[in-house]
Amino acid sequence: MAKELLEGNAAIAEAAIRAGIEAFYGYPITPQTEILEHFSERMPELGRVFLQAESEIASINMVYGAACAGARVMSSSSSPGISLMQEGISYIACSEVPAVLINIMRGGPGLGNVQPSQGDYFQAVKTAGHGDFHMIVLAPANVQEAIDYVVLAFDLADKYRTIAMVVADGSIGQMMEPAELPPMRPVRSPEERADWALTGAKGRDPNIITSLYLGAEKLEEVNLRLQAKLKEIAANEVRWKEYETEDADLLLLAFGTVGRVCQTVVREARAEGIKVGLLRPVTLWPFPSARLAELSEQVRGILVVEMNAGQMLEDVRLAVEGRCPISFYGRMGGPVPLPDEILPELEKLDAETAAGRG
Amino acid sequence: MAIETTQVEIPEDMELVYAPPESLTEAYTHYCPGCTHGVIHRLVAEVLDELDVRERSIGIAPVGCSVLAYNYFNVDMAEAAHGRAPAMATGLKRVSPDKVVFTYQGDGDLASIGIGEIVYVANRGEHFTTIFVNNAIYGMTGGQMAPTTLPGQVTTSSPTGRDVQAAGFPMHMAELLGGLPGAVYVTRQSALDVRSIRKAKQAIKLAFQAQLAGLGFSMVEILSTCNINWHMGVQEAMDWAKKEMVDFYPLGDTKMTDEVKALKEGK
Repeated sequence: MAKELLEGNAAIAEAAIRAGIEAFYGYPITPQTEILEHFSERMPELGRVFLQAESEIASINMVYGAACAGARVMSSSSSPGISLMQEGISYIACSEVPAVLINIMRGGPGLGNVQPSQGDYFQAVKTAGHGDFHMIVLAPANVQEAIDYVVLAFDLADKYRTIAMVVADGSIGQMMEPAELPPMRPVRSPEERADWALTGAKGRDPNIITSLYLGAEKLEEVNLRLQAKLKEIAANEVRWKEYETEDADLLLLAFGTVGRVCQTVVREARAEGIKVGLLRPVTLWPFPSARLAELSEQVRGILVVEMNAGQMLEDVRLAVEGRCPISFYGRMGGPVPLPDEILPELEKLDAETAAGRG
Repeated sequence: MAIETTQVEIPEDMELVYAPPESLTEAYTHYCPGCTHGVIHRLVAEVLDELDVRERSIGIAPVGCSVLAYNYFNVDMAEAAHGRAPAMATGLKRVSPDKVVFTYQGDGDLASIGIGEIVYVANRGEHFTTIFVNNAIYGMTGGQMAPTTLPGQVTTSSPTGRDVQAAGFPMHMAELLGGLPGAVYVTRQSALDVRSIRKAKQAIKLAFQAQLAGLGFSMVEILSTCNINWHMGVQEAMDWAKKEMVDFYPLGDTKMTDEVKALKEGK
């Protein structure tokens, strides 16, 4: 299929349609409402389910219900709406039904604003809900990746019977750029639904989907199974992109929109003679810790750039374990860090670490 | 943990003349002695059997005393977050329109934390059935004030009796939901003696028939007892409910469309 000029949010919705989504349940919130609007037009014409719920709380529980039925289903929201969904996210994680969520992050905390932000890194990666679990978290840096990762999110969610979330910010959601949509996959027929799904106990014992296990040993057993699955995901599904790291003495680390900005910084810094590379995590969970640890043996220092107060920074420190100095530059509340701001931070790190590796 | 069952051997010289409905499992329930949940479970199960829909039924259990209902109904079931069973049922039924879907909820679940969800399913006319068990108290957490606790009723969180000036007034759910256009059949029944139990079963059957006919949302509210948390004997609780609850929550239909009426009359 040829490239078209696509808006991020609409492209996300259309990608889900191409991936065979059967139902979308959502609630309007800026800056992701175009996702819901796109579904509202396309799903009925394709004979699929679209429902504007009364709240994000209802949305996530509708997703939970449809996921229990074994249908491909998703919801999308933005930061405060995701906060409202967190109880349901935890239930879905424990019940091990597949679901996809989109968070087009906005400035916070509180009502914040509708400007681009990466302030929900902690929420997506560490505190998606109560109890011990992680979602698979994918972070696109452009519209094409947003499309690709939505499709990937459905496949990973199905494969591991878990939640996969695509996190982006309003600048990716609302920008237009050339991108290519995947071909339309057929929608799974009701007869093809998984054997664990709630389809009616015909000729078999009833299927029960629950997150309630009253016995201490039983719930521990469930948790151990969930942890084993997370370990498997961490071993198999780490994804990242690297730019000019081969001979790098310094490393930039950034994801999403600001990861893309940092590609420009790499070019500009190299033009000045600073040998810098970029590591851009694609999966925020599982985090590319092992690759980062390797690179931290190679470089003199690392500059982490985020649109928050330094959230991924904590995972970087955990992976680097003091092997090299780490500095941080972040903006909060909407401003996107620009090359002109990031480059001086990099020059400073270059000067501070010029003596070489200790 | 294996579920204890009620299964018994039938002696060779005896004939089986009465058996539990197929739509109930053989598990012993965890309900307190005197509780009406067991009766209401059975009514729902008998209806599923009689309508021959067990193999395409999907139930959603609530949070509350009937949180473990999925161990007792012999159908596919999911366990919802507190109050969210109607939203789950919505998501599920919309992708499984040929299934028979029901939620089974208590008063805290449906009329307090989940009131938003139940109002919207009734208003949208979602094609499933809700069984709403109203016993005027939070049973599972040990007897706190419920949205349906009567004025003056003593509970562990209204120790001097429900003061409506401070705590607000009890919710009349059947009246509230019956007033919404998407609801086709909403009724309040009770399970307090043989006669009312038989009537409640007829109502449950009609509610499921309305779903099967694709008419819209149906709900049966059933006034019930909680003798343990009311601190009463079983009969005393039945008598109190018949006098005080039925007086405050009038029995009868709050919504019955002409289509449902025709179903009822077998037209």
